[in-house]
Amino acid sequence: MNRSTTTCRAVLVALVLSLLAVGCGGSDADVADEGCPTITLVTYDSFVVSEGLLESFTADSCIEVEQVSSGDAGQLVSSAILTKDNPTADVMFGIDNTFLQRGLDADLFVPYESPLLANVDAALQLDPEYRVTPIDYGDVCVNYWLSELSGEAPATLDDLIDPAHADQFVTMNPETSSPGFAFLLATIARYGDGWEDYWQSLVDNGVSITAGWSDAYYGEFIAGGGSRSIVTSYASSPPAEVIFADPPIDTAPSAVLYDSCFRQVEFAGILAGTEAPGAAQQLIDFMLSSDFQEDIPLNMFVYPANRDAALPEAFVEFGQLADNPATLTPQEIETNREAWTERWVEIVLG
Amino acid sequence: MKTFRSALLAVVPAMFVAVFFVYPVATLLARGLGLDAGRLLEVITGSRFLKIIWFTTWQAALSTLLAGLFALPLTWALANRQFAGRRLARVLVTVPFVLPTVVVAGAFIALMDRFNLDEGAVRLRHTVWAILLAHAFFNVAVFARSVGGFWSQLDRRPEEAARTLGASPWRAFVEVTLPRLRPSLIAAVSVVFLFSFTSFAVILLLGGPRRSSIETEIYRYAVTRSDISTAAALSIVQMVAVVSLVVTNGWLQRRAVGRQGLVADRAVPAQTARQRGVLATTLTGTAVVLGLPLAVLVERSLASGGGYSFANYRALGERVRLLPISAADALVNSLAFAVVAAGIALVIGGMASLAIVHGTRSVSRLLDLGMLLPLGTSAVTLGFGVLISLDRGVLDLRGSWWIVPITQSLLAIPFVVRGVVPVLRAIDPGMREVAATLGASPGRVRREIDLRIGARALATGVGFAFAISLGEFGATSFVGRRSDLLTVPLAIQRLLATPGDLLRGQAMALSVILMVVTALVVFLSDRLHPTSGGML
Repeated sequence: MNRSTTTCRAVLVALVLSLLAVGCGGSDADVADEGCPTITLVTYDSFVVSEGLLESFTADSCIEVEQVSSGDAGQLVSSAILTKDNPTADVMFGIDNTFLQRGLDADLFVPYESPLLANVDAALQLDPEYRVTPIDYGDVCVNYWLSELSGEAPATLDDLIDPAHADQFVTMNPETSSPGFAFLLATIARYGDGWEDYWQSLVDNGVSITAGWSDAYYGEFIAGGGSRSIVTSYASSPPAEVIFADPPIDTAPSAVLYDSCFRQVEFAGILAGTEAPGAAQQLIDFMLSSDFQEDIPLNMFVYPANRDAALPEAFVEFGQLADNPATLTPQEIETNREAWTERWVEIVLG
Repeated sequence: MKTFRSALLAVVPAMFVAVFFVYPVATLLARGLGLDAGRLLEVITGSRFLKIIWFTTWQAALSTLLAGLFALPLTWALANRQFAGRRLARVLVTVPFVLPTVVVAGAFIALMDRFNLDEGAVRLRHTVWAILLAHAFFNVAVFARSVGGFWSQLDRRPEEAARTLGASPWRAFVEVTLPRLRPSLIAAVSVVFLFSFTSFAVILLLGGPRRSSIETEIYRYAVTRSDISTAAALSIVQMVAVVSLVVTNGWLQRRAVGRQGLVADRAVPAQTARQRGVLATTLTGTAVVLGLPLAVLVERSLASGGGYSFANYRALGERVRLLPISAADALVNSLAFAVVAAGIALVIGGMASLAIVHGTRSVSRLLDLGMLLPLGTSAVTLGFGVLISLDRGVLDLRGSWWIVPITQSLLAIPFVVRGVVPVLRAIDPGMREVAATLGASPGRVRREIDLRIGARALATGVGFAFAISLGEFGATSFVGRRSDLLTVPLAIQRLLATPGDLLRGQAMALSVILMVVTALVVFLSDRLHPTSGGML
């Protein structure tokens, strides 16, 4: 036997072994007859909780949670629809009100009414059939950099089309960016059919469009060394600027244009097809509990849905939500999404 | 038994691609077009889509040309001149290749800002030029390393003969060197073209909001609109384009000069002052152009607290809020994935290369196509395909550790195959015949001759496989993975998605670490191959 045969064999064995390992690697929701059940939670990539939080849930409930990430919010919803017949997880977190109707239309979820919903504002409970549970919310708002502002601070959406702020505003393409889409919705909610004229005026006033948030905030906005002083971001961006300042600062360098805010609500839902509905319900309850809810703000920079949850100091001091944010129903958004974004492309990108 | 072993060389790579690429993608396409077959017709006849298809194609062609032209001086220097730091130059040129697009785009934008190319007469931002330059920047490595490696193994005597007969250096290059380089050149061109053809973030970030390519449209339909029918139709268009490219390519390859005299290394030191000057200019010029964006990153990574320090690097050891694990752990994940992906690419790509060179014509063509196709396929199509097909029984890979390196290896295998095959094809068949006459078995011939001579190309390919795996973003994010399996590019993207100078500084520091680690890993893999000198 020569050495090349041995090499060939070794390669083959390695391949077979790795295939076997692969086969053993996958695991679905399985409830062991004895011991603790394991359930899978699928989220978008940026979902983060503090270390030990899910472990504390496991300690109390005897339910193991396996976390799977699935790209951005759009990827999350699209892949859940594609895998509906054989879902990747038992619980999904991260579908927001702009995608909610699509998920509901696809019958992704089974209903569950958590007792903790009593502590959640009715305004956040967008599905009367309880197929999804609101977990957090936040506002997408126009931000402006305080020290570099040309003219007076903008106070209304109309101020953005004021020549005093010409060539100062940068926002994102609603077809490629979720805050970009939210801002488009804010203008539609405010102006109704007049939104098209408003955007035409924004174009005339030199609005700049980027593909994504990072590109706008760190590319064209002052914060990243750009030259524009007004940007579409979040109500929580000023507190983030303070918390992650370098060197540390006492006051936020940016502020929020509250008239421009669109409210985003994020939900969790139990995926149809789960084999562990009981455990999934317990996980939803845990996500609404104070432990989980108080962990949300500093990890994901959104606000807890449970009104009993205490807010971190920086949020109280520098962050504030809009009193009267723009909203549209999930049905309106899903029905018109394509028409709106296509019309937007015609007006703004030409 | 001998034929069995030969067949195995073709069957194993074919099975691998069939299970992890063809089956998932075919499942997705069938699902998408099953919903609405008429969509395919609309897509190929709609004027908006035709425009996008046309734009995707010409920008990829121009990007490839630009990358090739820009890489030419360095490629020449690496192949023909011995100089201190030659090995290092071969390593460093891989660094741009691995950087996350969002980071490079940031550096490009900062440079445009600095040199006032933002607006005004020479406006670069949000133009097609920004796209072409970025693609060239990313892909110089492919030309410099694979063509440069092949070139350095070509016997220099034919050119010397031409020069002796009175040909000018230019004429000797065009008429003697270029035709001999053709197989390797065509291979590199096809890889760079496919890379630019399916590029996603460069188009979105640098091209501005008005540009769409087939790839960005597939994302838009599949993800933003959950319209799988249109996404599938576009994927089919994308694949048809890729297949026709590969077929033309194969035809060109076969017309190329076949057997060549191969040497261990043709490079000689620069002797005259003029030669030294040319070499110095070439190296400095390339270093400045490739180095400028990288210098911006290094500068940004050191900026902290209003001055310069290593604070951003120190901060990476601890878990940052916003990331499920520390950046150091993400680096460990990335390295583990890269080792496995490069290992798979080495084994599968190596076997496939042997089968392509020695197999029958149809086996060879089919394998060649199958190995290259993943590089020209949308990350969305592949990722979603995996989700809906590898979901049952022993093949339930969703959320498993393995799916990440397997997917990454699909993108890395073409780099191995395209680098190795031209070298193996160039081997004088006489050499194999002599070995066989002396009683060597076919297996031994392959091992002693093919593998030894192809070793450098194989090592170059493995270096690319590492780099691809370390820098891969799209497919990794689509296949779905356990949250604690965060990779460095995903972590960088995440850090750049929240306001705050601290996070930005850390993202830059992490990018610089990614650069350094890539350089180290490629350096090591370059050293893996035994010297082929004694053989030749």
